[in-house]
Amino acid sequence: MKDLNIVFAGFGGQGVLFAGKVTAYAGLLAGKELSWLPSYGPEMRGGTANCSVCISDEPIGSPLVTAPNVLVAMNLPSLDKFISAVEPGGLVLIDSTLIDKQVDRTDLSVFELPATALAEEQGLRGLSNMILVGKLFQQACIGSAPTAFCTEEILDQAMQKCIPARRAAMLDLNRKAVSLGAHL
Amino acid sequence: MAEKVLMKGNEALAEAAIRAGCHHFFGYPITPQTELAAYMAKRMPQVGGTYLQAESELAAVNMVLGAASAGVRAMTSSSSPGVSLKGEGISYMAGSDLPALIINVQRGGPGLGGIQPSQADYWQATKAGGHGDFQVLVFAPSTVQEMVDLVSDAFDTADKYRMPAMILADGMLGQMMEPVVLPEVGEKRPVEKPWAANGHQDRRFHNVINSLYLTPEKLEDLVLARYERYKVIEATEQRAEEYLTEDAELVVVAYGASARVARSAVNKAREQGKKVGLIRPITLWPFPKDTLKAAAAHVRKMLTVEMSMGQMVDDVRLAVECAIPVEFFGRTGGIIPTPAEVLGQIDRMLTE
Repeated sequence: MKDLNIVFAGFGGQGVLFAGKVTAYAGLLAGKELSWLPSYGPEMRGGTANCSVCISDEPIGSPLVTAPNVLVAMNLPSLDKFISAVEPGGLVLIDSTLIDKQVDRTDLSVFELPATALAEEQGLRGLSNMILVGKLFQQACIGSAPTAFCTEEILDQAMQKCIPARRAAMLDLNRKAVSLGAHL
Repeated sequence: MAEKVLMKGNEALAEAAIRAGCHHFFGYPITPQTELAAYMAKRMPQVGGTYLQAESELAAVNMVLGAASAGVRAMTSSSSPGVSLKGEGISYMAGSDLPALIINVQRGGPGLGGIQPSQADYWQATKAGGHGDFQVLVFAPSTVQEMVDLVSDAFDTADKYRMPAMILADGMLGQMMEPVVLPEVGEKRPVEKPWAANGHQDRRFHNVINSLYLTPEKLEDLVLARYERYKVIEATEQRAEEYLTEDAELVVVAYGASARVARSAVNKAREQGKKVGLIRPITLWPFPKDTLKAAAAHVRKMLTVEMSMGQMVDDVRLAVECAIPVEFFGRTGGIIPTPAEVLGQIDRMLTE
């Protein structure tokens, strides 16, 4: 596989760290090398919380992604902060419910998904992150993409790993959100 | 083989300590190591151990001194400003020949500094952990798995030589998650500690744990004996990893988080056909002088990369006895250097 260097970014509370953790777990279950590095500063209280996830066949050097080939942006400050750093040809997933701005770079593959609005409509409040994860996996992690490293089954197992037993009821909602995102 | 799990560095340090037989933890919260104490608070009751959040870092380190005196494996953890507060206790433990583990998940300094990752406590850890003539063993992991492995090694080495050990990590390693394989509990037997002040029901003379000696000759003798042990440690306990150094013209020297950045830069340089390698000190005291000195015989230049204004670079220059130029590149204040910045330095040095 080609190395995946992902930045997940949004407001604190939108689940960007969780989205990164599910992706990282999928990497682990697929037998890849991986790292997950969160921001942990005061920006987590309302600004741009973010995490870097690296998945590779080789041991991970710096886990801090400074030139992502995938950006998942869940609010405008995050898009503004990271868009110029994305590698040419990179994949950008945007929650267009919350980001009312076009990406002005033409060298990127951009998907604008109304994730927050869809989550509200479908009874999946709080799971806009997983709608974006669904699209992320469909585009970059599963199938024939050069960065593909896993399968739908592995993604499902990763969600099972990340959702604690006491919140088991959340698993099906997460599955639904992922499936919704994958089919957008 | 045991299952691979995804863990934060801070949590992995805590679980590894419990599995290494440490059932006594005394701490005080501080970013970016708080998850370590939080994990201990949850896990210690499950294994019948003691988790205690002290009223201050000073109290915590002195509780470690007390527990270590009784012969049990004990530890505390903090981040840079908190470790400065622990300096007194660390010196007292060194002066009392007590094994214990102190973890420093470094953040930017001086003063309260910041909360982002840093390596600016190298001098403190390796040269000035407190007042007096003494050393502590210093281990510098660079992956979450190595954090697990070195906790156990640090306890074992501390017990072997009866002295405090430190794990010098940083906010990046503490906060990041990577896959780890945890060791089984109780793979190693605890060391006998006949010196421990743990109650003896009149079966022997009392053991006294003390660091106060008012007779200079007595104190000098004790310090000299300790330095004899340090000599043995320097001769036998140095550890470093060499990566692509065999044919290298230039070697980057970096530990911990900055070694990961350096490794990425070295890989990029190799892709471009440049003969660059990496030496990664795993023990910072004893410093792996032998590895560096041997490398200096066939390497043209060295570059140390640190998240500080340049601290380990002094030890690298001493180790190579100024036989080759040793330059420094670093970022400080909580900034993690990028592989591209390091590669820029490598390119500059190779063309000069």
